[in-house]
Amino acid sequence: MLNILYFARLKETLGQGAERIDLPAGVTDVAGLTAWLRARGGAWEQELASTRPVRVAVNQDMARGDTRVNDGDEVAFFPPVTGG
Amino acid sequence: MNEPVHPAVLSAGRTEIRVHEADFDVGREIAALRAGNAGIGAVASFIGVCRDLNDGDQVAELVLEHYPGMTEKALAKIADEARARWDLIDILIVHRVGRMLPTDQIVLVVVTSAHRGESFAACEFLMDYLKTQAPFWKKEQTPEGSRWVDARATDDAAAQRWN
Repeated sequence: MLNILYFARLKETLGQGAERIDLPAGVTDVAGLTAWLRARGGAWEQELASTRPVRVAVNQDMARGDTRVNDGDEVAFFPPVTGG
Repeated sequence: MNEPVHPAVLSAGRTEIRVHEADFDVGREIAALRAGNAGIGAVASFIGVCRDLNDGDQVAELVLEHYPGMTEKALAKIADEARARWDLIDILIVHRVGRMLPTDQIVLVVVTSAHRGESFAACEFLMDYLKTQAPFWKKEQTPEGSRWVDARATDDAAAQRWN
């Protein structure tokens, strides 16, 4: 299982803050998981488009496209941060 | 000259990170941080405040969202980074989340050190890194409705000058 979290604008446009999915076959890293989610179409395709500045964290550490994703991981998708 | 009694104890500092909805009292926070530590010669602080204007529009209120767990972890990492760069005694970071109104305090960073140079530099560094690395997101309520605040290139530039 993967615990997937969405924050801020992504949470609103995707209509959910969290979901649990089985690690999709063939997905080994962040880029693969993002492509898999994007293939759902609609808002997923738009929000996770490569032109969008989406940030990803794996187990609460900032990740890159080649960061590994393993069963049991917490993967979060969110826009660039705007605190302070 | 008299030797200090327990120099290691007197100058021992701490890192404190807090994320919560409640407001904070700057005077009380600084007093608590300094309490009894005669090794502190400098205290630098920064307070971020909610304005009533952003990108040319009136802002009626602000809602701050965060990523519980990761936010605290990211702030602790930023504090560690500051300690690796400067000789610091204490670091305090308090960041509010939830609903805020113009003039409300949003964030407090306090740094203590033996001399002012370290505190001044570290305080600015901590804010620059916080603004680009810590998972917080602002949503503004304006006369045209609510909108998520976009990240600013000037904040990225401010953080990059420390590299």
